[in-house]
Amino acid sequence: MKDLVIIGGGPAGMSAAIAAADSGIRDILVIERDAHLGGILQQCIHNGFGLHKFGEELTGPEYAWKYEQKLHDLNIDYKLNTMVLDLSEDKVITATNSEDGIFQIRAKAVILAMGCRERAKGALNIAGSRPAGIYSAGTAQKFVNMKGFLPGKNVVILGSGDIGLIMARRMTLEGAKVHAVCELMPYSGGLARNIQQCLHDFDIPLRLSHTVVEIHGKDRLEGVTIAQVDASRKPIEKTREYIPCDTLLLSVGLIPENELSKAAQVDISPITNGAVVDQDRQTSVPGIFACGNVLHVHDLVDFVSEEAEIAGKAAAEYINGSQSDALSIPVKTDGKIRYTVPQIITRKKDVTVYFRVSDVYKNVSVKVTSGDAVIVSKKKRKVAPGEMESITLKRDQLASVKELYFSLEGM
Amino acid sequence: MYDVAIIGAGVVGGMTARALSKYKLKICILEKENDVAMGATKANSAIVHAGFDAKEGSLKARLNVRGAEMMPTVCRELGVKYQNNGSLVVGFNEEDRAIINDLLARGKANGVAGLEILEQDALKRLEPNISGEAICALHAPTGSIVCPYDLTVAAIGNAMDNGAQLKRNFAVCRIESTENGYLLSSQTDSVEARFVINCAGVYSDAVANMVGDTSFRVHPRKGEYILLDKECGTLVSHTIFQTPSKMGKGILISPTVDGNLLLGPTSVDGEDKENKATTQEGFADIIEKAQKSIGAVPLGKTITSFCGLRAVGSTGDFIITSPKKGFINAAGIESPGLSASPAIAEYITQMLSQQGLTLTEKESYNPIRTSSHAFREMSLEEKNRLIKENPAYGRIICRCEGVTEGEILDALRRNPKATDLDGVKRRTRAQMGRCQGGFCSPYIIELLARELGVPYERVTKSGGASFINVAQTKGGQ
Ligand SMILES: Cc1cc2nc3c(=O)[nH]c(=O)nc-3n(C[C@H](O)[C@H](O)[C@H](O)COP(=O)(O)OP(=O)(O)OC[C@H]3O[C@@H](n4cnc5c(N)ncnc54)[C@H](O)[C@@H]3O)c2cc1C
Ligand SMILES: Cc1cc2nc3c(=O)[nH]c(=O)nc-3n(C[C@H](O)[C@H](O)[C@H](O)COP(=O)(O)OP(=O)(O)OC[C@H]3O[C@@H](n4cnc5c(N)ncnc54)[C@H](O)[C@@H]3O)c2cc1C
Repeated sequence: MKDLVIIGGGPAGMSAAIAAADSGIRDILVIERDAHLGGILQQCIHNGFGLHKFGEELTGPEYAWKYEQKLHDLNIDYKLNTMVLDLSEDKVITATNSEDGIFQIRAKAVILAMGCRERAKGALNIAGSRPAGIYSAGTAQKFVNMKGFLPGKNVVILGSGDIGLIMARRMTLEGAKVHAVCELMPYSGGLARNIQQCLHDFDIPLRLSHTVVEIHGKDRLEGVTIAQVDASRKPIEKTREYIPCDTLLLSVGLIPENELSKAAQVDISPITNGAVVDQDRQTSVPGIFACGNVLHVHDLVDFVSEEAEIAGKAAAEYINGSQSDALSIPVKTDGKIRYTVPQIITRKKDVTVYFRVSDVYKNVSVKVTSGDAVIVSKKKRKVAPGEMESITLKRDQLASVKELYFSLEGM
Repeated sequence: MYDVAIIGAGVVGGMTARALSKYKLKICILEKENDVAMGATKANSAIVHAGFDAKEGSLKARLNVRGAEMMPTVCRELGVKYQNNGSLVVGFNEEDRAIINDLLARGKANGVAGLEILEQDALKRLEPNISGEAICALHAPTGSIVCPYDLTVAAIGNAMDNGAQLKRNFAVCRIESTENGYLLSSQTDSVEARFVINCAGVYSDAVANMVGDTSFRVHPRKGEYILLDKECGTLVSHTIFQTPSKMGKGILISPTVDGNLLLGPTSVDGEDKENKATTQEGFADIIEKAQKSIGAVPLGKTITSFCGLRAVGSTGDFIITSPKKGFINAAGIESPGLSASPAIAEYITQMLSQQGLTLTEKESYNPIRTSSHAFREMSLEEKNRLIKENPAYGRIICRCEGVTEGEILDALRRNPKATDLDGVKRRTRAQMGRCQGGFCSPYIIELLARELGVPYERVTKSGGASFINVAQTKGGQ
């Protein structure tokens, strides 16, 4: 029996562990399947991490190292090269590694911090052949940054998610030629900062409203056909264009890794593909918490750490039995606001609600209402799906609220 | 000098090699690709057909029924997953019903057991997710599913364990008669054998031409598929066919033995025997037809799509002939070739014997091959005992399918050894899950490089020039 088991040793898992330890929990185990802590950060050797949290621009491994040191200082126990295979509703964890074999641990509380995976090519149903040379951007990042190998020299990138943008620059720096970044939508899903620093600064064309419609080549990729898409995202036949290339990188979305959450009967939101949580990041199963990319995909690691601290602290309270349950305020959205985290508020305290919008909107105000009463209204010059937003609700503002409604209104 | 050379390491060549490896014979299998099961055998519907489809009296009908009978034993011996899930041919109107009645009659004449016609209520009870438009169905309880490449890898592995040899990257391009048999040559190599069996799939006409047999032609007919996530694997439990009609054969929806859902195939005649590209039209066709059977198709759960080429022979039946003494064709083996494969092997063995090949059984022959799924099927205690002995079984490499390093090493070391990424995939399912190798391929390449003794960047996806990486990075190792 353990007090707290944390599944995943990325930034989310580490921050949660530290926060729980700071709240007095000693009996903690972090389980990580990779050979090192730090999660996806270990392959993100570019800088841009920690601006919010530490006020300086760190690389991924540097950011991770700050947390790893803390973990060591606090004597928090962790197991590497250990994969969690199953999690049950009553918090029994089944895991495997080479030394212990397959083993089980029961925990008083569990924090899910498994991160996310990249959407694969299959889901896109691109016509054509199936040669070597097609990788998700994160896999290419692993080849280049972790293994020291270059997956190709003439590159087309499909999707303008952040990893795709980062890899456009990285491949260019390695001497490859990036011929185009094609984005299906009329706007990029990546951070404005990355579009400037990774594409514009290197004269890499961003082709908005474009997609790859066919793959060519037998052994190794020889080229792709791209085409412009119309308003309903259907390719326009006469805009087809052939680009010779030996590599196609896909940056077409990240999917939270919730196999274990599902096994534990945790309610999953069809929008975030992560658990439905309250302000403490507690899921529908009492004592199971979730944070980081497994909960919803974040663009900045700083917010991951912040969210994980909330989960770690709350898990400690749960273990100590000091959680007070009073309210049940669902948080709803109008669709223009695609989702919020948390989706439900159960305690009367200050709550920061994070949210993403479903399209690019200019000059709008974000309204939080309860029935007819406007609780908060915040003006925004521009909001975009690629940038997460937040609004903090004060404890007092939740006083007589039955339901919260987040909406976007034109000005 | 070999006693028998088999051209083509598909399921037909593989089953034949295994059947012959029981006897005191020197056998070699010649395959033009870098691995076995690279032709029609890796991209088909994976159905062991009950046998009501083929015309009475045809070789297809006879060998299908016999093959389906043999299949459970073959799969048990080879440790291959086989599932008797039953099949349904679904009718949507009275015209379909008439055809279904014909199929029932034909099936009975072919000797298929247990066939029955189900009305709408009974059909709905059996398959709750079937479309409300379906009015009746032919139920074939003996219809089954199997994994075709697992079957072929296992059959060839077992044949090799019993002494047969596999030569890969050996594309037979010339065959000459010699005093004692035939000399088979590729661009760089040659072997001599007393007997030759042509199991070259879509190229079996070209190979027959090499000995002057021009009596038939084989053309490719494309079949495209969409494969859905395991989350959808229980949408139906039977293999659901649509009634073949003037409008075409329709498409099938079937669970696979590994728990995914398979939709397809399309049916488009072509000339190019290398063209296995999927098409936009194909996707649209599959989606439209699948909707007819089960209503909404959860396309968002697509994992991959692929295309196989049917080897359609010009005679309408399997072409299992001997144009010259010592040379046997197994050509035009389109569907139900997978189902019939054990029976085709048996049939060819008889032909060889009739042509004077002496068949003496080996005492050392072992029909059993340890299953590729052995580790998964162990109890917790057995697994932990094995992990103690060999820690590699405690390390998960493919997280989506839960494949351990031990299982991957096994695939790299056991007959027929995997020598590329796709080979590992077909043997272990690593890279076959939701992330399609995004996470594990960098590790598997490491294992491949180590086992093959080649640099990391020389590892290929599927042989030839299908390199995964092209160079070291500037700061690289
Ligand atoms: C390519 C890329 C570039 C980025 N660039 C920036 C940037 O410039 N600036 C910035 O601030 N942010 C950036 N981010 C975002 C930020 O790094 C991530 O949001 C953050 O790493 C997510 O942390 P996490 O702990 O939730 O997930 P992860 O880092 O993915 O960690 C999850 C961990 O859980 C482990 N795990 C999963 N399942 C199991 C299991 N069953 N058993 C055991 N262990 C398991 C995994 O191995 C992994 O180590 C980037 C992200 C990516 C992918
Ligand atoms: C779309 C589709 C759906 C199908 N569905 C089913 C089904 O559900 N049930 C069923 O029973 N059957 C089905 N079939 C049929 C079944 O897949 C085939 O009958 C079977 O796989 C044929 O095996 P094979 O060994 O003859 O050919 P292949 O698997 O094509 O093998 C031929 C091999 O020969 C090699 N080769 C070719 N030329 C040379 C050369 N010159 N030198 C060396 N090697 C050479 C090729 O590389 C290849 O590996 C289907 C087929 C298709 C295409």
